[in-house]
This record gives sequence, C-alpha cells and structure tokens, in this order.
Amino acid sequence: MTYLTKLVAAAAVGVIGAAGAASAQTKTLDTVKQRGSLSCGVNIGLAGFSQPDDKGNWTGLDVDYCKAIAAAVLGDPNKVKYVPTTAKERFTALQSGEIDVLIRNTTWTVARDSSLGLIFAGVNYYDGQGFMVKKSIGVKSAKELNGATVCVQTGTTTELNLADYFKANNMTYKPVVFEKLDETVQAYLAGRCDVYTTDQSGLYSIRVQQPKPDDHVVLPEIISKEPLGQSVRQGDDQWLTIVKWVHNAMLNAEEAGVTQANLGEMLNSTNPDIKRLLGKDGELGKGIGVSNDFVANIVKAVGNYGEVFERNVGSGSRLKIDRGLNKLWNKGGIQYAPPLR
Amino acid sequence: MAVVTGDQGRARSHHAQAAFLYRPEVRQAIYQVVLVVLLVALFYMLIHNTASNLRKQNIASGFAFVDRTAGFDVSQSLIDFNSSMTYGRAFLVGLLNTLLVAGLGIVVATILGFVIGIARLSTNWLIARLAAVYVEVVRNIPLLLQLFFWYFAVLKALPPPRQSLSVPGGGFLNVRGLYLPSPVPEAGFDLVALIMLIGIATSIALYVWAGRRQRLTGQQFPVFWTSMGLIVGLPLLVHVLLGSPMSFEYPELKGFNFQGGMVLQPEFLALLLGLSIYTASFIAEIVRAGIQGVSKGQKEAALAIGLTHGQSLRLVVIPQAMRIIIPPLTSQFLNLTKNSSLAVAIGYPDLVSVWSGTVLNQTGQAVEVILVTMCVFLAISLITSAFMNWFNRRMALVER
Repeated sequence: MTYLTKLVAAAAVGVIGAAGAASAQTKTLDTVKQRGSLSCGVNIGLAGFSQPDDKGNWTGLDVDYCKAIAAAVLGDPNKVKYVPTTAKERFTALQSGEIDVLIRNTTWTVARDSSLGLIFAGVNYYDGQGFMVKKSIGVKSAKELNGATVCVQTGTTTELNLADYFKANNMTYKPVVFEKLDETVQAYLAGRCDVYTTDQSGLYSIRVQQPKPDDHVVLPEIISKEPLGQSVRQGDDQWLTIVKWVHNAMLNAEEAGVTQANLGEMLNSTNPDIKRLLGKDGELGKGIGVSNDFVANIVKAVGNYGEVFERNVGSGSRLKIDRGLNKLWNKGGIQYAPPLR
Repeated sequence: MAVVTGDQGRARSHHAQAAFLYRPEVRQAIYQVVLVVLLVALFYMLIHNTASNLRKQNIASGFAFVDRTAGFDVSQSLIDFNSSMTYGRAFLVGLLNTLLVAGLGIVVATILGFVIGIARLSTNWLIARLAAVYVEVVRNIPLLLQLFFWYFAVLKALPPPRQSLSVPGGGFLNVRGLYLPSPVPEAGFDLVALIMLIGIATSIALYVWAGRRQRLTGQQFPVFWTSMGLIVGLPLLVHVLLGSPMSFEYPELKGFNFQGGMVLQPEFLALLLGLSIYTASFIAEIVRAGIQGVSKGQKEAALAIGLTHGQSLRLVVIPQAMRIIIPPLTSQFLNLTKNSSLAVAIGYPDLVSVWSGTVLNQTGQAVEVILVTMCVFLAISLITSAFMNWFNRRMALVER
C-alpha cells in the first residue's frame, strides 16, 4: 500500500505543480532582464523586413525593431535571440511564451486582438494587399483578372481579402494555397498561377529577389488595409507600454530631427524637447521601466524611424518602396506618435 | 453448531477480509481500478488546466466557430463549396480531399508494389535489377523531397495554357493541370447505369456460386469473361441501342485558363504520384518477403502437377504469401494515409491544408483544430486497420 500511496502523492504533486507553473503570471520585463536577451519572433525570411544574411546576421525593418527594444530594455541591440516563425506558428509562439514580442509583418485586426490572447502595440508599417503578375500576360489592372489562378500563402488575412475582392467585383478565380513563402513564389514563377498576392511590401520584396525584377509588375490596386504591427501577450501592461513607446520614441526622434549621425551633438542640445527626449531631463524612461536615456540608446543602435525605413525598405535599399502612408503625419503620411512628455 | 462469540467472530471476519485483499485477482483488480482513476484524473486535470489557461489568457475556445462563415475559397472540392459557406463545410471539403488522395494512393501503390515485388523475383536479370534499383532509390529518399521533385519538376516541364499539349480525345495538358472532357449524362442514361449496377451485383453472386461449385464438384466456370460481359458488354450494348445518351463537355481556352470539362490539378497529380511511388517501394519489399516466405516445395509441387509458372504463382504461392503480406501491408496503407498530410507543402487542399492551415489561422483556435485533426486521422487509421484485420482473418490459412 505504501507504494501506491507514494504513486498517488507523486501524481498529485505533478499535476498540481504543472497547474501552478502554468497559471503563474510572470512579468515579461523581468524575464527578459533575467535571461539577458530579448526573444523576438520574426519572419523566416522576407527581404527588407527580416532576413538572415550569409553570415547569419539578421537585417530588416522588423529586425531593427527587435534591436530597438533590446537597446531600450537591455542597453544592447545585439542581445536579441531571433526566433523565425511561419505565419502559422507565430501566435502560438507568442501565447506559449517562447517569444517576448512578435514583430513579423502581422496585420492588426479586431479578431486577433480579441481571440488570440495578444494585443497590438503599434503599427510599424502601413501596408495593403496587392497583386503581382508577369509583365508578359499584359494585365494593367486587378479588374482584368477574371478567371485567373492565384498563388497565396496560408495563415494570413490574405485569403479572406482575396475572396472578398473577387466576389465584390463579380469575378472568379482559383486559389492555390501553400504553407511556405518559398513554395508559393516557386509555383508563381513556374507559371502555376497567373497572379501572386500578398501585402504590397511583400510583393516588392519578392520582386527584387528575382533575377529580372522588371519581368514582374505590381498592379496598382490595393485591396485591403494591412496595418502591420508588433504584438505582445495580454495581461502584461508594463511590457505593452515599453513596446508601444519604443515605436513612439523612434517616430518622435525622427520628428525632432535626431538621427544616428547627429546624436552626439543632440545630446548636448539645450532645446528642452530634445533634452527630455534623450533623457537629459526628467524621468520618462523610469516610469515605464527602462532607463531614462532609452531613446538615445535606440537611436544609437538603429536610428530613428525614417532611417530604419529608408535603410531597409526605402530609397537606401534594393526594394525602393515609396514611404507613402508611412511618412510622418506632418509630411503627408499617417505615422503619428503621442508626444514624449 | 456453536454460536460464534463476538471476539472470535471479529477475529475471523478480520482474517477473511485480509485473505480477500491478498487474493491475487482481487489485488490486480484494485491496482487496475486505481490506475484507471489516476489516468482519468490526470486527463481531467490536463483538459481543465488547458481550458482555464486559455480563458485566463483571453484566448477563445470552444467549437462555436464551426458554424461561422469561412470566407475563403478552395481550389479543388468534391462537394459544392464557396467562400460564403461555413468552416464546418470547409472541414468536410478537406476531409474528402484527404480521403480521395489516400484512397486512390492505396490502390495505385498496391498495384505498383505487387508488380515490382514480383518483378524483383523475376528470373529475367534485367527486370529483377531494374525493380531492385527502383526499390532502393525510391525508399531511401525522404518523401517530402520526392513530392517537391514531382511537383516542381513536372510543373517546370509543362507548357503554359496557351501552348497546351493536346491529349487524344479532346483533352489538354498544361502547367495548370490535365484538362479532360467531362461526361454529361442525358435522358435514358439512368437505364445504362442501372443495368451496369445489376451486372455488378450478378457478377458478385456468380463469383460466389462458381467458387462453391468448384469446391464441391471441381468444375470450373469462366467467371471473368461472363462478368466482363455483364458489367461492360451489356450496358455498352444498351447504350448504343438507346442512341448514346451521353454527351461530352470539352475544355476550352477562355481568358487565363481552360474552362469547362474536368481538371486534374498538378498538386493532386504530384501528390498521388509521389505517395504511390514511395509507398509502392515498401509494398514491393513486403510482397517479395511474402513470396519468399512460402516454402520452395509448394512451388515445385505446383509445377510438378502441371501448372504453368503463372498459375503456380497465382493459385498456389500468392494465396499463401498473402498471410505474410497483409499485416505489414496494413501498416503501409496507414503510412500512406498519414503521409498524405504532406500535401500542405505542395498546395493540395487536404484536411491539414484547409482545416489545420487556413481555418486554424483565421480562427486562431489551435487546440480545438489540431485536436479534431488528430482524431480524424486516428479514426481513418483505425477504420483501415479494422478492415485489414478482417481481411487478414479471411485470408488466414484455413485448416481442414
């Protein structure tokens, strides 16, 4: 009987222990500091947003956001562990705590805010779904795509938008759905589909990777709103605030004209706005749980939002995407950040 | 009989209780009950824990989403489906696509596997070597790579729609798939179909009757040719007499693609080909082992009583080999069904692609969706397994 008693006791302890561990609410900030690195969920490979180079160094707009958060929280942009996630795995990775923040060209929708246990902390790229076709088929507008075969990657809002757009325009189409980006693009290139559809940024990114980018045309129509943002788990307001304000800090830095190049001079500036922004004055950082000079750390590591954009996807990159909606609010775009005061 | 006094009685009943508890079967039963209770408690805790954690993290749970509008389209469907139907319907579409490719794959792989397995034992040096090379090459390359090979190699080799290859009989082959004319039954065709059904039923009855007669009297009956006449010949005759009540809808190039007719998509063809060829290499080895497992004397005896090589194989060796072949063959069927989930890699809309791909992503309810997927595969496998076990009992050597 003692053997059985032990068994029962062991099982009970195991079950209760597991329950306890799972239900304990841990603060992400403390976990990150303790671990000494930020675990950042990124795309497995999308030129301009997140892509490892031949030496295994990650680059891209989303990657720079990971670096910015690490710079703000840990003071070192290199203390990031990049976790490549597919469209399908990304939310589970965040829910399970495998990653601290998801920055993977993910569209902010109400369904995702409400049913996935996550919460969006801002929009680092305003995007929209578009179509790319081969120049040789001579299509100039998405309205001419009746009867076309469309290659699409699963795990996104893309399939829904696609269905809605063709239905709304009384057109028919055939979807061919793949799990991974590579196969989707391969099938499009092999001629299996007439059209490849995803967010326009993605289309430009794929186009530039082709040996002859000019053989492909991105059609002018944008069929959806795709605000791509960074998200965190629900129930950790402190962490949400940090991720939110890293983004806002980068926008504010651009607005104030603080760049990676002039950071040295700016640190000596007497302008009260700049002094506050760079932590020379006030205790803004401490209030959200990071150091007061977190904005200076971010700018030193990756630059302001404009620099990050142009370097990765804009004029300084091979993608050459026009900033469009992603310009600052006072330059004709909709990127607007609450003030750092 | 003396009345047992209190003390003695208590002692004895105590003794009896102890003896009862020490009886091996009672103790075993107790252990088993305890184990079951523990298992149930464990699973209850697991489920309860998962549910409460999901609730705590504000992640939606439950199956209410099944009735919601799916909002996406599927490229190939055996039943009617469009984006305004429900997630539940999308599940059915995926399930049927999985069953289709698995079912056809099992048939093709079995036929191919038997042919190659027998070819490996051929006395013809070249045929035997070719079969050996096939088996060794195919079974030693990961299936996923083979699927990519079949899909992308074949895709790249095929022409675009405007330069389609013509297939005799009004079909076309291009990078979008194999387009074939689809039959459109007209008035009177029901009769032809009915006669064919009757033909099939009669043939089955004939087969049973002829088998029994042969066992009893030794007389043979030409079952094969009679059945062919009943199933193919007679309906064909009626068909012609009625003036061919069937027309064909031919595929036509309109806009981007061919419209009309029926189409076998490259994803489906590649998956079917890949699964069949891969599994056939394993089945070939099983068949070879089965045939070699029948003692040589059986074949020699068959030849000695004047049967030809073919007859000895068909009537003596293979029926005995089946006993050895069926159990591992069942495993291969199950493997093929489960491997069909690799469809997601090459864009075939099977259960994993549609249900635990698109539906999972749109609803975000990973636990429920994956649970259902696992249950479905388990159910398919158990049903296949049950059928094969029944078949195995039928084929087992009956001692007389």
